[in-house]
Amino acid sequence: MSGALAMRVRNMRLSGRIGLALVLFWLVLAVGGPALAPHPVGAFIDQEVFSGPGRTFWLGSDYLGRDVLSRVLWGSRYTVFLALGAALLAVLGGTSLALFSAIRGGWTDEILARAMDTLNSMPSKIFALVLVAAFGSSLTLLLLIAAFIYIPGNYRIARALAINLVAMDFVQVARARGEGAFHIARYEVLPNMIHPLLADTGLRFVFVVLLLSGLSFLGLGVQPPYADLGSLVRENISGLPMAAPAIIVPALAIASLTVGANLLIDALKPGGKA
Amino acid sequence: MTAAPPTRSAAARLLPMIAGRIASSLLTLFLVSVVIFVASSLLPGDAAQELLGQSATPAQIAALRHEMGLDQPGPVRFVHWLGALLHGDPGVSFVANMPVSDIIANRLPNSLLLAAITALISIVLALTIGIASAINRGGRIDSALNIATLSLVAIPEFLIATLAVLAFSVKLLWLPSISLVTPETGWAETLRALALPVLSLTCVVVAQMARMTRAAVADQLDRPYVEMARLKGVPFGRIVLFHVMPNAIGPVINAMALSLSYLMGGALVVETIFNYPGLASLMVNAVTSRDMPLLQSCAMIFCATYLALMLVADIVAILANPRLRA
Repeated sequence: MSGALAMRVRNMRLSGRIGLALVLFWLVLAVGGPALAPHPVGAFIDQEVFSGPGRTFWLGSDYLGRDVLSRVLWGSRYTVFLALGAALLAVLGGTSLALFSAIRGGWTDEILARAMDTLNSMPSKIFALVLVAAFGSSLTLLLLIAAFIYIPGNYRIARALAINLVAMDFVQVARARGEGAFHIARYEVLPNMIHPLLADTGLRFVFVVLLLSGLSFLGLGVQPPYADLGSLVRENISGLPMAAPAIIVPALAIASLTVGANLLIDALKPGGKA
Repeated sequence: MTAAPPTRSAAARLLPMIAGRIASSLLTLFLVSVVIFVASSLLPGDAAQELLGQSATPAQIAALRHEMGLDQPGPVRFVHWLGALLHGDPGVSFVANMPVSDIIANRLPNSLLLAAITALISIVLALTIGIASAINRGGRIDSALNIATLSLVAIPEFLIATLAVLAFSVKLLWLPSISLVTPETGWAETLRALALPVLSLTCVVVAQMARMTRAAVADQLDRPYVEMARLKGVPFGRIVLFHVMPNAIGPVINAMALSLSYLMGGALVVETIFNYPGLASLMVNAVTSRDMPLLQSCAMIFCATYLALMLVADIVAILANPRLRA
């Protein structure tokens, strides 16, 4: 298995390897970042605000004279883990509903598909704004809102895959054997759609990172005292005329994470050039 | 696409199909309005409480609740709300204390102008990039453009906007970083003010559009009729312009309608950054001040626009399919 994985990486084109490196880099920082941070995340340590990169503060200071490097290291944790959690929840929810829909068929399928279609026909950011206005934006709520918004998209893809599989002979055989719906979903259908589902999880992850950092940038996402990378861009927006690293670095951090993930997913796509 | 006047049988076959799509979109729009209404009425505490503040007596709150119709059951309020919305009267803003329709009428033209200019530029750029990539399939230009658009799709709007401000307003001092547009502003000034928002939004839209255009054109280039034309000795430029494009135009328009929906998410961020007085920044303010009537109306406009774009994409796909047309 690990041998096959190593082969895969070796055969990947350059853009895919760059993407993999970027994604791994941010995953490691999200896990270990707070331990690496040279200063406490809320400490005012510089007399100057928006100072440039220097020997003491590698990435300068922010609008209150706090260490930008430490804040980015902490912020990446919220960005990465909130998005990872929401993407996994969305795929879990969407795929479970899709399997249920495809195996049951009939009216259940009809109604579920219509409901999901409705939710899918609202632009995700607009829907997110309505939900945030209605429920608020604590970390848990943001996680749930982001997951909820991306369930319909995953449902649509998983249902299309599952419906094709359910029509196949081996599933008919399992039905004739008298297997229950759960057994068919878990052991007959799901294993055959795992690869496209993983790719979709990656895409959902990119969408959620962009959605949540966009919300935080608008001041409607992660609220102080917590700060994800989007909030860091927002709070330092007044440093833009000085081209302060405090605003550029977190914005570039988000872009490198999402671009990296996108390049990786594209390189892993079956049918793509090896 | 419909160069020859369609015969009666084609029209008879197509019209019910298109009518079906329109009916289905209207049903979806109705369901969307239910979702928006339910989500925004689930507020903990209600508008009457919020308007009167903490010091209000229960009697005052009850009176205001009655006046606003908040004491009626949910479905009744929904029917009233939807009916009023259909008559062009979406209620009164909690915060500004003026009719929502007036506020929106003030902002909507600005957003439409921004969207129109962006769409125009994006379509030209996306066509060029998409066709160039498709012709060079697998070549160096294609992979470079593939990586460029793939990256651009994943870059947050605010990074593009801040970098644009940094380059053109801070360093080069060419363009304003804030887009104040009033009805008195002249055309030249308006265009200057719009330059940076349009640039940022174009980056967001064009990447998606170019990728889909490339896919549509590349799909046609793989067809046997292209090989036939090549073997006959037709020059390649002629093949692309006169053989491939007429066949690809349907899928390309479909792709463009779909990718224009990215405008809406992008506009939220871009209008806010540049302080542009449009509908999207209005909606962000409505969320911040929890102004529900205003928020509901903005959300309905955006969702209706989104559905309209999807509908156009659908109908174009039907019209462009020769098997359905003939």
